[in-house]
Amino acid sequence: MESWKTNRFVFWVMSLPGTFWLLVFFLVPMSLVWIMSFGEKTGILTIDITWTLENYIRSTETVYLEIIWKSVWVSALATIACLLIAYPIAFAISFAPNRWKPWLLLAVILPFWINLLIRTYALIAVFRTRGFVNFSLEWLWDGANSILNFVGLGQFQLLGERFEALPLLYNNGAVIAGIVYVFMPFMVLPLYANIEKLDKSYLEASLDLGASHVRTFWSIVVPLTMPGIISGIILVFIPALGSFLIPDLLGGTNAQMIGNVIERQFKAANDWPFGSALSFLLMYATFGALALRAVLSREGGGMNA
Amino acid sequence: MPADTSIDRVMRTEAAPRKRRWWRRKSDIGALDYARRWWMKLFVGAMFAMLYAPIITLMLFSFNDSRRNIVWKGFTFKYYIKAWNNDGLIEAFANSLTIAVISTVLSTIIGAMVALTLWRFRFPGKPAYEGFMALPIVVPEICMGVAMLVFFARIGWPSGMPWPLNLSSITIAHVAFSFPFVAVVVRARMTGFNRELEEAAKDLGASEWQTFRDVILPFMKPGVVAGALLAFTLSLDDFVITFFTSGPDTVTFPVKVYSMVRFSVTPEVNAASTVLVVITVIATFFAMKFQAPVKGSAD
Repeated sequence: MESWKTNRFVFWVMSLPGTFWLLVFFLVPMSLVWIMSFGEKTGILTIDITWTLENYIRSTETVYLEIIWKSVWVSALATIACLLIAYPIAFAISFAPNRWKPWLLLAVILPFWINLLIRTYALIAVFRTRGFVNFSLEWLWDGANSILNFVGLGQFQLLGERFEALPLLYNNGAVIAGIVYVFMPFMVLPLYANIEKLDKSYLEASLDLGASHVRTFWSIVVPLTMPGIISGIILVFIPALGSFLIPDLLGGTNAQMIGNVIERQFKAANDWPFGSALSFLLMYATFGALALRAVLSREGGGMNA
Repeated sequence: MPADTSIDRVMRTEAAPRKRRWWRRKSDIGALDYARRWWMKLFVGAMFAMLYAPIITLMLFSFNDSRRNIVWKGFTFKYYIKAWNNDGLIEAFANSLTIAVISTVLSTIIGAMVALTLWRFRFPGKPAYEGFMALPIVVPEICMGVAMLVFFARIGWPSGMPWPLNLSSITIAHVAFSFPFVAVVVRARMTGFNRELEEAAKDLGASEWQTFRDVILPFMKPGVVAGALLAFTLSLDDFVITFFTSGPDTVTFPVKVYSMVRFSVTPEVNAASTVLVVITVIATFFAMKFQAPVKGSAD
């Protein structure tokens, strides 16, 4: 690597477009939002920057605190569910025969490339009242009923008079399922990268010395893959916390998250300063999570060394 | 190269050569052969099925001859024809492709230049600069979306310009979040470059430009192509940021589908989505083909 001074012309020509674009079309817009978060709405279209903290104070009102709190626990639950599902998948891929590994990995990554909107829309068809889950349940219910009729228990109506569709859509459960479904690749990949690096002879040693598979898993595999677990948690939790489309389409009005409140401030409610304040609270939370990851991974690195 | 990645096929073929049954005695399986245990196969198979079932049913039911999206009533192309005749949808699709092409060209050039700068030069404040370049990747989409909305409203970006200039604000936003991804991909490729080749070229009298064109660029190419395809799918797929930047006459495909989904779930949306999924999957396959061995995506 050479110093930038050796060829100043090439350095400037190559770094200028990117720096310019990011400054003008990213940093300036972000700063405008930051400044606006200290503003006040004085008319339908006019906003005065008065450096008031009113917008941030307003975000601590019960209504908004509840939504922020709910966003946090919905994202946290979804992250945990993601971890529980992704760990065995990552584990299986890393212990699979070498020739299958790239294809299994591709199978995990491919949905990530498919449009988020389409994947969320696909879930609506699965969850809605006349959707695939309820349809299968009804089919099972019919089947069970005809068996009951066959054995002569039909008249007791043990399964209820008629099939009741489960309300699967438009609640927090649907949002959690959606987040798990959409962000699963973010969890599998860092876990896989870590399990793959794991020295398998440690596992053999542990098993040879008489530890059970379960004991080996908890005492050897989990501690050694902790950096991957932390990366995965952060990589799922951050986009989950800021998700807008998933709660919007799957949660309806009952399961709003902070992203939906921000969107409403900029569209329907037309209160840009308050929306700016909320979106910067979300940014601070994101950077907090990233900083936490940096600290944790440094500690993890120190432990391994 | 087998084109079928379905997990069923994977699992079947893996077990096939030895003609063994799943109830085979435990001693056949090595202690660490976790992937060969039937419960592991069952779990992973079920999870992959759950991952793919919604998308595959969505695609299948675009051929279903029934407005109610749930019972199979026969094969038809009529929803594709209907989607094709839906002027709003086609216009949105044309807008999306136009934006994706322009944004891909710009973000590939800018991203590759950033990658080369970071790969080649040492300069004060480099870690901070790298962190700054990664910002659009980590910032929540909705924050970036509202920032673009505020920015274009504040500076009074002209609206109602003739096509395709009316798409300029969306394109600018797309470049802003795409080129850092291109930079990451290209830089990952450049770490494998043997700098002695560059020195040899210069020793033999090649100019800065000749060295770049004949030595660095050919090596860089797979990374650039992969980065470009990534930028293309990112732009084509983006909903949240476009949603805040688009106006009534600058609707992109995802924004249009969103407004259709808000009203009702129809096979027409399935048909349109299927087309987009197919385009994305093809682009992904090309990206994978061009990509140098991918390093772990842990970061």
